[in-house]
Amino acid sequence: MILAVMIEILLIGGVLCWLAARWSAAAVKWIALAALLTDLGLSAWCWFQYRDPGAPWFIDFRTGWIPSFGIGFHLALDGLSLVMLMLTFFLGTLAVLCSWKEIKERTGFFFFCLLWTLAGISGVFVAMDLFLFYFFWEVMLVPMYFLIALWGDTRRRYAAYKFFIFTQTGGLLMLLSILALYFIHGQNSGVYTFDYFGLLNTAMDASVSKWVVSGFFIAFAIKLPVVPFHNWLPDAHSEAPTAGSLVLAGLLLKTGAYGILRFVLPLFPGDSAAIARWAIPLGVIGIVYGAVLAFSQTDLKRLIAYTSVSHMGFVLLGIFSYREIAMQGTVMQILTHGISTGALFVMAGMLKERLHTRDLGLMGGLWTGLPYTGGVFMLFTMASLGLPMLGNFIAEFLILLGAFSVSPVLTVLASGGLVLSALYSLRMAQKVFLGPMRGGTGVKDLSGREWLLLAAMSISIVALGLFPQPVIDLVRPVVRLLVSN
Amino acid sequence: MTSTQFDALLPYTLLAAASLVVILLIAFRRSHTVIQVVGFMLMCMVIAALVKVRPILPVSIPPLFRIDGLALLFTALIVFCVLIIGLFSFIYFEEREENPKEYYILLFLSTLGATILTISVHFISFFIGLELLSVSLYALVAYLRTRNNAVEAGMKYLVLAALSSAFLLFGMALIYMDKGTMDLTAIVPSDSILFVMGAGIMVVAIGFKLALVPFHLWAADVYQGAPTPVTSFIATVSKIGVFAVLLRFAQSIHLQQYPKVSIIFVVLAIASMIAGNLLALLQQNVKRLLAYSSIAHFGYLLVSFMTVGKEGTQAAVFYLLAYSIALLAAFGVIILLSTRQKEAEDLSDYRGLFWKRPVIAAVFTIALLSLAGIPLTAGFPAKFFVLASGVRQHLWLPVIVLVLTSIVGFYYYLRVIGVLFAEASGAEEEKEGTLQPFFYAAIYTTLVVLTVLSFWLGILPGSTADGIRELLVIG
Repeated sequence: MILAVMIEILLIGGVLCWLAARWSAAAVKWIALAALLTDLGLSAWCWFQYRDPGAPWFIDFRTGWIPSFGIGFHLALDGLSLVMLMLTFFLGTLAVLCSWKEIKERTGFFFFCLLWTLAGISGVFVAMDLFLFYFFWEVMLVPMYFLIALWGDTRRRYAAYKFFIFTQTGGLLMLLSILALYFIHGQNSGVYTFDYFGLLNTAMDASVSKWVVSGFFIAFAIKLPVVPFHNWLPDAHSEAPTAGSLVLAGLLLKTGAYGILRFVLPLFPGDSAAIARWAIPLGVIGIVYGAVLAFSQTDLKRLIAYTSVSHMGFVLLGIFSYREIAMQGTVMQILTHGISTGALFVMAGMLKERLHTRDLGLMGGLWTGLPYTGGVFMLFTMASLGLPMLGNFIAEFLILLGAFSVSPVLTVLASGGLVLSALYSLRMAQKVFLGPMRGGTGVKDLSGREWLLLAAMSISIVALGLFPQPVIDLVRPVVRLLVSN
Repeated sequence: MTSTQFDALLPYTLLAAASLVVILLIAFRRSHTVIQVVGFMLMCMVIAALVKVRPILPVSIPPLFRIDGLALLFTALIVFCVLIIGLFSFIYFEEREENPKEYYILLFLSTLGATILTISVHFISFFIGLELLSVSLYALVAYLRTRNNAVEAGMKYLVLAALSSAFLLFGMALIYMDKGTMDLTAIVPSDSILFVMGAGIMVVAIGFKLALVPFHLWAADVYQGAPTPVTSFIATVSKIGVFAVLLRFAQSIHLQQYPKVSIIFVVLAIASMIAGNLLALLQQNVKRLLAYSSIAHFGYLLVSFMTVGKEGTQAAVFYLLAYSIALLAAFGVIILLSTRQKEAEDLSDYRGLFWKRPVIAAVFTIALLSLAGIPLTAGFPAKFFVLASGVRQHLWLPVIVLVLTSIVGFYYYLRVIGVLFAEASGAEEEKEGTLQPFFYAAIYTTLVVLTVLSFWLGILPGSTADGIRELLVIG
C-alpha cells in the first residue's frame, strides 16, 4: 500500500502543480518539493524498517486490475527496488531544487511533467506485473519528451524526437516479448498471467527464448545505453533543461540496468550465458568508446553525457560477469553514477545560467571568480574518475574485481577505461576552471539553495565511498538470488 | 414476422423513423435548433431501444437479417458516434448559416444504412445497406457546395464509390453463380475459379470503403473536402458499418481457414500500415493527416481481424471504440477552431494552441496520444489487445510490421503535439463567439466527456472488455 501511496503522491502532486500555477508560481515549487520530500521520507522510513532484511521481499501489494487478462496491480519492494526508490526521490528532490530559478515560463506544466516522469520511474522500480511494468515504462516517456521539447536548448525538438522514438522502439519490442512470454506460459501451464512471479521459470524452447529475450534486452540496452544504441543519449542529455539532464542521467538510464537485473536475468536464466558473450564485449567497447568521445567534446553537457556511456559500460560488464561481488559493484555504480553525474549536470546548468554557454572554448579560469563552485566541481570530477574514498571508486573496483575472474583480457581493457576517464575528467576541469580567464567576470558564486543542493550530493557521494556496507547489506539477498540462477 | 422479430428490429425501425420525423419537421417548422434537439432525442431513444432488446437476442429474421450481440455492439458504437457527430454538426452548420435542415435527413439515412450493414447476413441486405450509406454520403460530402474543394471531393467519392458498388455487385453475382445462394452463412468457400474471382472482387469493394491500401486514393481528398462533421462520419460510422459486415462474413465462412484468402488480407493490412503511416509523415494539413492515420489504423485492425474467434473480435471492437473516441475528439477540436471563412486544417493554425486555449489543446493532445497508443489513454489497451490477439495466432509478420510502423506513427503525432506546445505566433485573431454560449458549453462538455472516456478506457479497460465479451457470446 505504501508503494502505491508514494506513486500517487507524485501523480496528485503533479496535477496540483499544474492547477496551482494559475494562482501562484511560487506555490508550485513548494508543492513539488513537498511531494518529493514526503516520498523521500516514506522511502527512508521503509529503509529504516527493513534495514535488516529477513525475507527477500519486504512489501508485497497486489490487487486486481484487468482480471480477465491476468493483469494485476502488483507492486513489491525488495532491497534493489528500495535502493532505486531512494535514489529516485533523492535526485527528484534535487531536480526540483535545481529548477527553482531556472524555469521561469510555464512553471506549473514543468513541475507536472517532472513529477509524472518521476512517478513513472518509481513505478518501474516497484512494478511486479509485466503489463504494469510496461505501463509505467511508457508513462515516464511522454512527460520526459515534453521536458526536453519545451524547456530544452536550441536543438530541443530534434533531441526530443530522437529520445522518444529510440526508447519507444525498444519499448514496443519489449511489449511483443512480454506478450510472447504470456502466451507461451499460458499454453504451457494453462494459467494466463502477467505476474512476474508467475512467469518465473517458464519453460521455453531455446530457439524461441532467444527471440523473446532479445526483445527485453534491446529495450533495456537502448535505455542503458549499450553502444550501438547510444545515439539518442548525447542529444537528449545536452539539450534537456538541467532537471531533465539530472533525471535522464541519474534515473532514466538506471531503469535499463534495473530491467536487466530484474527481468532479463531471472526470467531467462538459460539464455544468460549467450547474452553475456555479447554483452561483456559490448560493455567494454562502451567504456572505451564513451571515454574517447568524451575526451574530444567541446560542449560541456555533451562531454558529461558521453562519460555516462562510458560508465554504463561498467554496469553491463558487472551484470554479465555473474559474480556476486561484481553485481554488488553494479548496484553501487548505479547509485554513485546517478549522484556524481547528476551533480556534474547540475553544475553545468549553474555555469550555463551564469555564462549562457556550454562551450568549453568560451570557459576558462573560472576558479578565480567561482572558487566554491570550482571546489565542488573538482570533487565530482574526482568522483567521476574513480578516486578512492568517493563512491565511484568502490563501484568500479568491485566490478573489475568480479569481472577479472571471468574474462581477464576484457577486464584489463576495461581498466584502461579508468585511465581514459582520468584524461577526460581532468581535461574538463582544466578547461573550465583553470587556465587563463575567459569571460565570467562578475558572476556570483553559489547561492544558499545551490549550497544546499551540492552539499547533499557531496555528503552522499563521500558517505557511499566510506561506508558502502549498508547498501551492500540491503541488496545482498537479491544479488545472491540472481547469481545462484 | 413474429412479434419477437419485430421487437428486435425496434432500434432500426426507430432510426428509419428518425429520417421521416426530420422530413415532417422541415415541412412544419424549419428551425435548426428544433431539428437538432429532436434528432438528439431520437438517437437517445435508439440507444434505449438497444438496451431494451438486449435480453431477447439473438433473433434471426430470415433470410435478410440476424440481430445478435455483434450487431448490437456495432450498432451501439455507430449510434454513439452519430450522437456526437450530430452535436458537432450543429455548431458547424449554425455558424455557416447555410440551410442545414436536409443535412440531418441524409445523416440519419446513412446511419440507417450503416446499422443495417451490421445486421445483414444476406447479399441483398448487405447491398441495400451499403447503398443507403453511400448514396447519402455522396450528397453529404458535397453538402457545402459553394466551398472550394467540396464538389471535387463529392465527385471523387461519387465516381469511386459507384465503381466499387459495381465491383461489389459483380462479385456477388459471381459467387451466386457458383454457389447458388446469397446467404452469407450458407456459402461454403471452395477453390473454384468463380468463387475466388468473386471474393477477390468483393474485397476490392470493401477495401475501397475501408480505405485500405491500394484502394485509399480517395481518402485524403474526401477527408479534406468534406465538411468536418461529415469527415468524422466517414472516418467512424461508415467504416465501422463496413467492417462489421466484413467481420460477420469472415466469421460465418471461417475465412481464416483459407490461406489463399487470408494472405490477401495480410497483404492489405501490411500495405495499409506502411503506406498510411509513411504518407502521414509529412502532411501539413491536419485533416489529411488524420485520413492517412485512419488508413493505418484500419491496417492495425485487420491484424486482429485475421485472428480466429472471440478474442480477435473483442480486440477489434475495443479498438474501434478507442479509435472512434479519439478521432471524434480530434475532429471536434477541428470543428471548434474552424471559422466561417476557413476550416482550421492547416498545421500552422494550431501553433501554440496550448498556451492560448489549454483545454482544447489538452483534448487534442490526448486524442492524438490515444491514436498513437500511449498508456493512460484508450489507445494503449486497444493496441495491446490487437497485438495480443496477433501474437496468440503467431501472426509474426503483421505484428512486427504493426510495431515498426506505429513507431513511424509516433513521429507525426508528436509533430502535431509539438506544434500545439510551440511558442505562440504573436498575432492572434480571436474567434468571436457568434453562437449562444450554450452550444459552446455543450461541445466543450462533449469533448471533455470524450477525454474522460478515453482515460477511463485507458486505465480501467477491464470492465469494458468484459462487457464486449459478454455481448459477443450472444449469438
